[in-house]
Amino acid sequence: MCETQKAILVLEDGTTFEGKSFGYAASTAGEVVFNTAMTGYPESLTDPSYEGQILVTTYPILGNYGVPPRREKNDVSEYYESEHIHCKAIVAQDYTWEPSHWQSDRSLADWLKEEKIAGIYGIDTRALTKHLREHGSMLGKIIIEGCPDIDFYDPNAENLVAKVSCRSVEEHGEGEKTVVLVDCGVKHNIIRCLTRRGVRVVRVPWDYDFTSIPYDGLFISNGPGNPDLAEKTVENIRKAIEIGKPICGICMGNQLLSKAAGAKTYKLAYGHRSHNQPVRQVGTERCFITSQNHGFAVDSNTLPDDWEPLFINMNDGTNEGIRHKTKPFFSAQFHPEASSGPKDTEFLFDEFINMI
Amino acid sequence: MNQHSIKKVLLLGSGALKIGEAGEFDYSGSQALKAMKEEGISTVLINPNIATVQTSDGFADKIYFLPVTPYFVEKVIEKERPEGIMLAFGGQTALNCGVALYESGVLEKYGVQVLGTPVRAIMDTEDRELFVKKLDEINVKTIKSEAVSNIPDAIKAASELGYPVIVRAAYALGGLGSGFCDDEQQLVALVEKALAFSPQVLIEKSLKGWKEVEYEVVRDRFDNCITVCNMENFDPLGIHTGESIVVAPSQTLSNEDYHYLRKLAIKIIRHIGIVGECNVQYAFDPASMDYRVIEVNARLSRSSALASKATGYPLAFVAAKLGLGYGLFDLKNSVTKVTSAFFEPALDYIVVKIPRWDLGKFHGVKREIGSSMKSVGEVMSIGRTFEEAIQKGLRMIGQGMHGFVENKELKVPDIDHALADPTDKRIFVISKAMRQGYSVERLHELTKIDRWFLNKLHNIVMTADELETYDSLDKVPVALLRQAKSQGFSDFQIARALLKESLADAETEIIKVREFRKSLGIVPVVKQIDTLGAEYPAMTNYLYLTYNGDTNDVNYLHDHKSIVVLGSGAYRIGSSVEFDWCSVNALMTVKREGWRSVMINYNPETVSTDYDMCDRLYFDELTYERVMDILDLEQPHGVILSVGGQIPNNLATRLDNAKVPILGTSATSIDNAEDRHKFSAMLDEIGVDQPRWRELTSFDDIHKFIDEVGFPVLVRPSYVLSGAAMNVCSNNEELERFLKLAANVSKQHPVVVTEFIQNAKEIEMDAVAQNGEIKVYAISEHIEFAGVHSGDATIQFPPQKLYVETIRRIKKVSQKIAKALNISGPFNIQFLAKNNDIKVIECNLRASRSFPFVSKVLKLNFIDIATRVMLGHDVEKPHKNAFDLDYVGIKASQFSFSRLQGADPVLGVDMASTGEVGCIGADTDEAILKAMLSVGMRVPSKGKGVLLSTGTPKQKADMLDAAHLLHNNGYALYATGGTHQFLTDNGIPAIKVYWPSQPDMQPQALELLHRKDVDLVVNIPKNLSETELTNGYRIRRAAIDLNIPLLTNARLASAFIRAFTTLPVDDIEIRSWDEY
Repeated sequence: MCETQKAILVLEDGTTFEGKSFGYAASTAGEVVFNTAMTGYPESLTDPSYEGQILVTTYPILGNYGVPPRREKNDVSEYYESEHIHCKAIVAQDYTWEPSHWQSDRSLADWLKEEKIAGIYGIDTRALTKHLREHGSMLGKIIIEGCPDIDFYDPNAENLVAKVSCRSVEEHGEGEKTVVLVDCGVKHNIIRCLTRRGVRVVRVPWDYDFTSIPYDGLFISNGPGNPDLAEKTVENIRKAIEIGKPICGICMGNQLLSKAAGAKTYKLAYGHRSHNQPVRQVGTERCFITSQNHGFAVDSNTLPDDWEPLFINMNDGTNEGIRHKTKPFFSAQFHPEASSGPKDTEFLFDEFINMI
Repeated sequence: MNQHSIKKVLLLGSGALKIGEAGEFDYSGSQALKAMKEEGISTVLINPNIATVQTSDGFADKIYFLPVTPYFVEKVIEKERPEGIMLAFGGQTALNCGVALYESGVLEKYGVQVLGTPVRAIMDTEDRELFVKKLDEINVKTIKSEAVSNIPDAIKAASELGYPVIVRAAYALGGLGSGFCDDEQQLVALVEKALAFSPQVLIEKSLKGWKEVEYEVVRDRFDNCITVCNMENFDPLGIHTGESIVVAPSQTLSNEDYHYLRKLAIKIIRHIGIVGECNVQYAFDPASMDYRVIEVNARLSRSSALASKATGYPLAFVAAKLGLGYGLFDLKNSVTKVTSAFFEPALDYIVVKIPRWDLGKFHGVKREIGSSMKSVGEVMSIGRTFEEAIQKGLRMIGQGMHGFVENKELKVPDIDHALADPTDKRIFVISKAMRQGYSVERLHELTKIDRWFLNKLHNIVMTADELETYDSLDKVPVALLRQAKSQGFSDFQIARALLKESLADAETEIIKVREFRKSLGIVPVVKQIDTLGAEYPAMTNYLYLTYNGDTNDVNYLHDHKSIVVLGSGAYRIGSSVEFDWCSVNALMTVKREGWRSVMINYNPETVSTDYDMCDRLYFDELTYERVMDILDLEQPHGVILSVGGQIPNNLATRLDNAKVPILGTSATSIDNAEDRHKFSAMLDEIGVDQPRWRELTSFDDIHKFIDEVGFPVLVRPSYVLSGAAMNVCSNNEELERFLKLAANVSKQHPVVVTEFIQNAKEIEMDAVAQNGEIKVYAISEHIEFAGVHSGDATIQFPPQKLYVETIRRIKKVSQKIAKALNISGPFNIQFLAKNNDIKVIECNLRASRSFPFVSKVLKLNFIDIATRVMLGHDVEKPHKNAFDLDYVGIKASQFSFSRLQGADPVLGVDMASTGEVGCIGADTDEAILKAMLSVGMRVPSKGKGVLLSTGTPKQKADMLDAAHLLHNNGYALYATGGTHQFLTDNGIPAIKVYWPSQPDMQPQALELLHRKDVDLVVNIPKNLSETELTNGYRIRRAAIDLNIPLLTNARLASAFIRAFTTLPVDDIEIRSWDEY
């Protein structure tokens, strides 16, 4: 066994869990959230929606297949969801020191150390998850033995979207049609899913007034944190609604489109973070297993009359997507681009492309 | 919601347990019946397996103990007129039968609708050629194979594909008749055998070394799909998944891999049109994302039972509901009760399945494992690290191992060879190799097992190495002790690592380790399986223990309201579904009487490990250590250890020493019955006769004793080198050969020699007593004379041919024993009877194998009564009298020799059967005919021959009537030398055939079999002489390999021949259980 330093996870309510460090040895703080997915840690770690969060994996054994190489393909990351890790730390029950996979370039531990991200194991992640389920997501910090203590940090107080969005306009792919992609912290697979379908993607910063450029469709990406802090994006979406060209949104995009339509959002007790969220398309017998990662949700009751829920969560009845009753606007709270998770709803990209 | 508004449904069971088709189908059938009951649908079940839970009161409305064959199923359809039929819950047996009924137009004729997956879709998955074509349509890659129906074509196909190739028989269960061939010689041998079982054989390129991954997929009629679980084999492709160690979820697949295969699985089942459940098996390249689909099983399977237990998702229950027309969105998750059944379980633990083999029970069987299944059972272990789960699992298989390390030294002459050409001991060979310094890389080269698994195993070895540097507990660092426990080390393993060879008194040392670690607070915690990785609270108590965690999920009230029932562990030869029936019935009574019912068991093929059968299910080990861990938490009112067979029974004394409240018969009494010397002394004291026996340590003493009692004798060595654990020896030559070749006689390894009484009847007494007084009993007689293991014997109840005086004496002696041992609970005594002399041969103070059989024939639940006795209720003697029955029950044994390549299919004092059936008839003939047909015997076709070699003069005489009957019924009789002479002397015409040892003579018996001129072989071994063994063996083995019914016991053969020659199958009455 490898000699590792002790590490303590302290929650804001004073609860502590003791484990050992396998990642970068520095104390860190963030919002503690759990994800019940059994695979996909490289994708999750680089998912900008996890910005500022300490990720607890309920599947107990972490790092089994190592980490794929850092490589770009068509100017986006080939295997990752962004340029770097966004999580503050990752927490598991057990860690695999010797990963095994033909695509593995290095171990998870090596990667975390490289990006200066904490990783701890030996934590009763089931007890921790139950605690979060019962008391809601909460702030936490990881203190590594021999490293100084630090303060709690609340990422939701910050405009995380602004933090993770691109700084300038970028273009991806080629095609006759142009899709404006509002980058609220976009996962690279959304870009891959769009460009694969033969459109030119103009990726713009979260607060960019895209109505100033010609486009055929608008795509609003996923992103971290509280949608109330992205008011500038909402204003631009309102203008786009007026313009009337097709609009699609994912996750944060669903929340921002809803806000632009006039609906309200709220924070879920502990969010949906997993690969197994069941959603049903309203008014049909069509059901889908979806990948999700969100802490806020749209209140369907506040949708104006000309909008309606498109999908609902079959477990807790929360909103999973909306659409305009007559115009080509729709969005999904879950992740049709998956990565990580099931790909059963990727057809939504086709529906969007068919609209433009 | 029931789409078809169907009111009556016929469900086909899987019949007797056999290799490749075992208890998992009791579980799936029971679930389907529950699902239909909830809908108010009337259910009809056909399953001759009387020991199952599904054939119990309250599961199906009508139960037919009849063979699951097209003939009988049609008869039942004709009588019951069901509107629907379910084919997916009774394994390959039910599926094949359903396809046959569909093809012959029977289902259409009676307007029976197939519920769930349509038969067309089933055929698309079963017929290799159709299957490949079907998947080609959607560009899904399959393992391309050439279908051949004769040997020359097979040779041609193989040389085109290039060796090694794999041979598979179409329409076969558990890979029967399948195997790898490295050259033409092997190919010819295998193809010939495979063609005996199946008209079509497939030759395909071998993908040895690829990963093997399975997905369990569910689809409803609205086209909604989920994959409930995926599983990865520890052993790479080349070893049948039933022979592999399997983990769930997959461990070495990346997210991309996982969802690539998942998406394909959904695409496949949509295209095939499954409604319900199926599994998709893949071969997956370890160095790219290349794959091949190996097969799709359009039915519930061993894997689906495992997946259900591994995830808590009740696949069979849901599949049944989908078959009735529900959508997945209509159903709730049965663990959380609030979330949807349309979801994919998230596991927060790892599950390891390990097969259990019993190859040691057979003479001549090949120990190599491969593409055909040989294991008889399996275990599932749960942990939060792989190391923990695998070590738990290796203890659970119950073959004397303590985990991955600290076991008795395994003798492996050539480790490299043993790694490359695996046997049932492979995992322990890996352990040995690691201890000898083999690197993970080298092991990977030899075994192709993924390095991930090997590295994890190596972690265990490193911890063992570190522990071994210490020699006493108090010197071991606490962190190391914790690490060992979190890697699944048992207290025994720790004790052995510290004390090494000086570990003498294991039991004391285990308790020392236990006390020491408890004083340090090193105790396991209880975790719940909740299907959603703790995202939602679970309403059920499906539990396991782990050292990888800090807090319990269960809030223990310590109210002493729990009754803990210890289950039966892995199915094995000698302990199988019958003890699951006993366990489940004990749980039901416990619950009904107002106690909290708690089960401990770890067999994924059982109903007792279904979390809705009890209030708390601990899916965990039945070792002393783990049971005590659970009892420390539960603090129960009492523990029942007499319904789960020998595993819990063996814990009696140690639990008693730990002051555990054992319900029912005391541990002291159990010990007095188990200990040969104590029991024998007690019998002498109360004046009960027993065969003379002695425990001896030298050849001289053995000869002296035999001089006294005479041959034959039953010889039971305490240390066996190879082969059977006991044997009957008729003369000095046999004795010497058995003891010198197979065993070891010394002071350390005494041999028990018992006089063997020939031509004696064997009689079973199954009973329940309270405070030493018998409350209910059932006396049954074996058809075979003593000498055939009671688990292999054909048993008749009520007895038809016992003297009244014999019965009276048996009752009297049983009562004496019950009193002497002050029995409170179930027990079983085996007797020998000759004339009216009776002798006791064995006594078990627990439920026996025949409890479900006699309970169901008598319609009096012995386990319910026994449980009430153990709970301290006063139980009245029922007014019923066993001899009032105007019908007969026959329990017959199922053998799986066809799967055990090379094994001599002969019956002896060691048990060899893998399952059993129980049928009821108006008389012995009818019951025996039903029972024998249920275990795969066939009535020989008119005009075909019967080959007779009928053993000793006495056995020849016993068979004379049967030979007459055969002759009178127009069967051609073929007989080997002595038998031919005997038949001719008695005026029965027969054709003389020659043994394999007379190759120059014609006609040859073996050729007769290969030409299929013979439809039944009766081969009764005369003695243990070498030529007899070889000749007889070759004939018996050929019969098995060529799928020709074989009987090796004169009395059973006579009974069966009498039955089918006097009672035409058409005259068999189609009566359900409640109609008797």
